[in-house]
Amino acid sequence: MSTPSPTAIAWQRRRAAVGRVWQEFLSDRGGLFGLAALSLIVALAVFAPLLSDASGLDPTHATGRPLEAPSGHFLLGTDNLGRSVLLQVWWGARISLLVGVLATLVSVGIGTLVGVAAAHFGGWTSAVLMRFTDFFLVLPSLVLAIALSTVLNRGIFAIVLAVGVTSWPSTARLVRAQTLAVESRPYIERAWALGAGHVHVIIRHVLPAVAALVFANTTLTVANSIIAESTLSFLGLGDPNAASWGEMLNAALGSGAVTYGAWWYLLPPGLAIALVVLAFMLAGRALETVLNPRLRER
Amino acid sequence: MIGPVSTALAPDLAPPTTPGGRGGGTVRHLATKLGGAVVSLLMVIVLGFFLFRVLPGDPVKTITRGAPVGPQQLAALRHELGLDKPIAAQFVDYLAQLARGDLGESYQFRVPVSTLIGERIGPTVLLVGVATALAILVGLWLGTRAAWRRGSRFDRISTGVALLLWSAPTFWLGLVLLTVTGNLFPSQGLINPNTPAGFLPQTLDLLHHLTLPCLTLVAVLYAQYLLVMRSSLLEEMNADYLVTAKAKGLRDDLVRRRHAVPNAMLPTVTLIFLNLGLVVSGAVTVETVFSWPGLGLLTYQALQGPDLPLLQGLFVVLAGAVLVMNLIAELLYQVIDPRVRAT
Repeated sequence: MSTPSPTAIAWQRRRAAVGRVWQEFLSDRGGLFGLAALSLIVALAVFAPLLSDASGLDPTHATGRPLEAPSGHFLLGTDNLGRSVLLQVWWGARISLLVGVLATLVSVGIGTLVGVAAAHFGGWTSAVLMRFTDFFLVLPSLVLAIALSTVLNRGIFAIVLAVGVTSWPSTARLVRAQTLAVESRPYIERAWALGAGHVHVIIRHVLPAVAALVFANTTLTVANSIIAESTLSFLGLGDPNAASWGEMLNAALGSGAVTYGAWWYLLPPGLAIALVVLAFMLAGRALETVLNPRLRER
Repeated sequence: MIGPVSTALAPDLAPPTTPGGRGGGTVRHLATKLGGAVVSLLMVIVLGFFLFRVLPGDPVKTITRGAPVGPQQLAALRHELGLDKPIAAQFVDYLAQLARGDLGESYQFRVPVSTLIGERIGPTVLLVGVATALAILVGLWLGTRAAWRRGSRFDRISTGVALLLWSAPTFWLGLVLLTVTGNLFPSQGLINPNTPAGFLPQTLDLLHHLTLPCLTLVAVLYAQYLLVMRSSLLEEMNADYLVTAKAKGLRDDLVRRRHAVPNAMLPTVTLIFLNLGLVVSGAVTVETVFSWPGLGLLTYQALQGPDLPLLQGLFVVLAGAVLVMNLIAELLYQVIDPRVRAT
């Protein structure tokens, strides 16, 4: 029998580690609930075109009367244009999740870059970058996001950018702390001694070591991005043609449906946001507890 | 925006460490903090200019968006706003104006931005102040109970409810409260013009108007205090001095009130100030929903134009206020935590 190659051993260890994390994650009831809820919602959002008929979203094809209360035909009633609220919430999940995930990618990307650079290069680079991070950390981000989405061309892209650019500092600080911890280990010194460059150390050693925590942090960031997106859309900065949950609530208030007392138009989008945010948060928190030994005792 | 849970809902609130252990440490520490704050304020000013003058390309196009305007009118408007000068000259003008406390004139209201902000700042401070005070009281009380009986039904329910309220968008909570309470509370404004004059009826009417916006803000804010107090107290509960206190034969209640809680409260002090960004976001949405005539509603009104000078002024004032409050928090921490002072 031949001895397994170093790569094979590394992969075997990685698989074992993932298995351990999974086992611990399973013991967290909140995290499990979050994961189950998320899987269901994402599946429903992705397969919406196969399971439902999008033509019901077009006001010209609306079949109901305006603001019909929930009934057997329209389970969640209709909006001010006679469209099914259930169908809109269902399709709204696609926009809300998409914007949330894209904004998170921007945010986590910037945060990881700044955090790794600050910890790896140290000295002046670190001082300047961390000053910058602390500045953005205390800046009232909604005001900055409002400013950004006002001056950019309105639409999904502006919202993704506005949310992403304002929410990265906590990731940057987390990544910096983790990178500092990793770089003080002897195996990094060994790599330096063997002649490794910055790129090699960062890509082969630092990034894999911080990836797990970044992933847990990403899950939490999505929750924030979705709330931020809904707030900006509610304030009228979103794209009216891409009906996210925030956009629906904006329409519900703007059309007078809330004053009319159409609770079936007000409650579902808000509950959907709360459910998704809670699910992301519980899953992320469970993951973070498993991955971050400092939190495990609590 | 609103920070994530474990890393930012209960952020790393370790006391700031002071570099160097020599005699001049405190003075140097203060100088560093002050210098940092000044740099941040300068960054806010530059960012304000960049965001509203440089990034839009042509602010005149943003202002006149959708309106049929001829090239002559555009040129006249540009000249009026000083936008036909080079960027560097515009920046110097902007700095000179700021130094005089002049934030420009609002397009919408045709009055100086500083006057508008001065008029609206009172209601916001009232709303935010009362809501923050209530959120701290509720959060600390619930957090203490939850930690003291960790894992109990009370702990699970109160933590769960706090997380749920924190997950819901602020503006939606406000709308739901408004719908559920029906006509019990006024839905907009600061005060009813028909209220008879006199201190008592006026105050009662103000409180009546304040109830719903304040409740909404508290519902969103108290979760962080609860979670931070809970985890901070849990950490404190393993400390040796508590074992001593119990061994002395002190009642459980006294151990908690006199020994554990005062120490565990330290991190929440920093949280009050770290939370200011969140409070400002909350104020914008809550004031919009309840038409509470403060800076948040003004921000929403400025968005409709968009009224760029007003937005710029609000950005500089709100960001500046948060930065200054943060500096105060860091200095305050020096005073109340002897461990930081000693180093």
